[in-house]
Amino acid sequence: MSQATSREKRTVRNRWLLLTPALVILFVAASGPLLITLTYSFLTPGDYGGVEWEFSTDAWFNVFLQRDIFDDTLGFADAHLSILWRSVKLSLMTTVGAIILGFPTAYFIATRPKGNRDIWMLLIMIPFWTNLLIRTFAVMELIRNEGTVNTVLMWTGVIDQPIQILFTETAIMIGMLYVYLPLMVLPLYASMERLDFSLVEAGYDLYATRFAVLKRIILPLVKPGLIAGSILVFVPSLGAYVTPRVMGGGKQLMLGNLIELQFGQGRNWPLGAALSITLLVIVMFALIFYVRAAGKEEIGHG
Amino acid sequence: MANSSGFDIRKQWGFTPIAILCFVLLYLPVILLVIYSFNAGTSVAIWEGFSLQWYRSAWANEQVQEATLRSLVLALWASLIATSCAVLAALATTRVRSFKGYSTVFAAINQPLMVPEIVTAVALLILFAGIKVQTGYTGLGYLVVAHSAFCIPFAYLPIRARLQGMDLTLEQAASDLYATPYQVFRRITLPQLWPGILAGAMLAFVISLDDVVITEFVKSAGQDTLPTYMLGQLRRAVTPEVNAISTVLLAISITMVIAFFFLSRTKK
Repeated sequence: MSQATSREKRTVRNRWLLLTPALVILFVAASGPLLITLTYSFLTPGDYGGVEWEFSTDAWFNVFLQRDIFDDTLGFADAHLSILWRSVKLSLMTTVGAIILGFPTAYFIATRPKGNRDIWMLLIMIPFWTNLLIRTFAVMELIRNEGTVNTVLMWTGVIDQPIQILFTETAIMIGMLYVYLPLMVLPLYASMERLDFSLVEAGYDLYATRFAVLKRIILPLVKPGLIAGSILVFVPSLGAYVTPRVMGGGKQLMLGNLIELQFGQGRNWPLGAALSITLLVIVMFALIFYVRAAGKEEIGHG
Repeated sequence: MANSSGFDIRKQWGFTPIAILCFVLLYLPVILLVIYSFNAGTSVAIWEGFSLQWYRSAWANEQVQEATLRSLVLALWASLIATSCAVLAALATTRVRSFKGYSTVFAAINQPLMVPEIVTAVALLILFAGIKVQTGYTGLGYLVVAHSAFCIPFAYLPIRARLQGMDLTLEQAASDLYATPYQVFRRITLPQLWPGILAGAMLAFVISLDDVVITEFVKSAGQDTLPTYMLGQLRRAVTPEVNAISTVLLAISITMVIAFFFLSRTKK
């Protein structure tokens, strides 16, 4: 009996010893800094960046509201709200674009012969695991004024002035769609691979059209994958920093760039910290939703 | 099957063309980027003949040399540290009964995958700025710690997947034959786990090599890695030199990803 408990104790001790190195590094460089950021969001900004150790809720107040300098009335912080709105809008548009392109692609891969599917998925995954900056840069070269798209269009005489795409919201959306598309295909494919085609066949036997089969049979069955993919695209789009910086050229800011601005020229670290925590909270809500959807799928497929 | 009439139940109108378009769109920009890295002219859109001049000029550029060396050293350290931590953590959390705090530990390990990079980046900026002022140390250590942390989940997941597929009875048999825990690990667990460890290390290496956001915020002055150097260059006129650097980085990443794919596939 006592031998058993001492052995049990040793197992527990060994387990935590094994976990220590990973947990220490993660605490120092992942969770710990987030707590400091939360603290900073309640302090007063220093004159040259940094903070004064004086409690203040100004930063949180300034995330959404601003006080008019002349008549002291309260109003919404238009600049912040428009950037927040742009972030949400572009992320949603990216997600919809990813569904339009990703759904048929995942379906295409899932209906290939079994031995070939892995290779098709590898083709989707290779771009995903290569450098995000390089991929953004590749799209930028394609759509800039003296880039391939405009050169080809002008050479064929379709247009005589280059179309300005770069440094617009459209450019940011194209860039994000390009870099995050694999994140849509991956979970959709996982759902579709397990799709039972005898149900589809049953639908056709009952005289359903192809569209009816898609809408009434396939779509409900792959819904968890669709939700998972949408969140996997939406979340990194919302927090994107590199793509809007390169494609938006510093003119079209998104949340990530607004946060950076507070730590650079803005010299308002507490506001930057409050904006970071706001972004984190939105992302956490989306992820909780994702975990629920993914959990449902597990149960659904027993 | 029942499709004797030639009716394909799997077909959906327009899906195959969209899928083909999708693959073309995924690869076209990168392929063009690679092609123009060999351009003889200064344009990244007008072809003027084949030349290796941009590779030569990138190779001769001292800033590029420094940044490359720094990127590689950093990726080596980060993948080494992250993989070691991940192996230990995987041993403690896989093939064991669920224990108190298990889900917290799992969440902590995967935290870097969930928190937006920009949030982690400014959080690290705040922390390290404080430490820099206190200690005066501005070396590569900050980047090594930051990279190790976000590489841990990428190393952990393939190692854990491999471990889960391994049969515990072999280890039990060895213990029954009076092998010490260290001997069991060294002679039974490690040889079987090896492909998982290699796969995790390669993934961590690629992730560290490719990082832009966290590096951009954590680095001290003059500590550019290859990606942050390229980000800085984009403000100026773009020459195919950036394409040449990109092509080399792409080649490294793609080789590693394909190797990773085959390493993690053999387990089935």
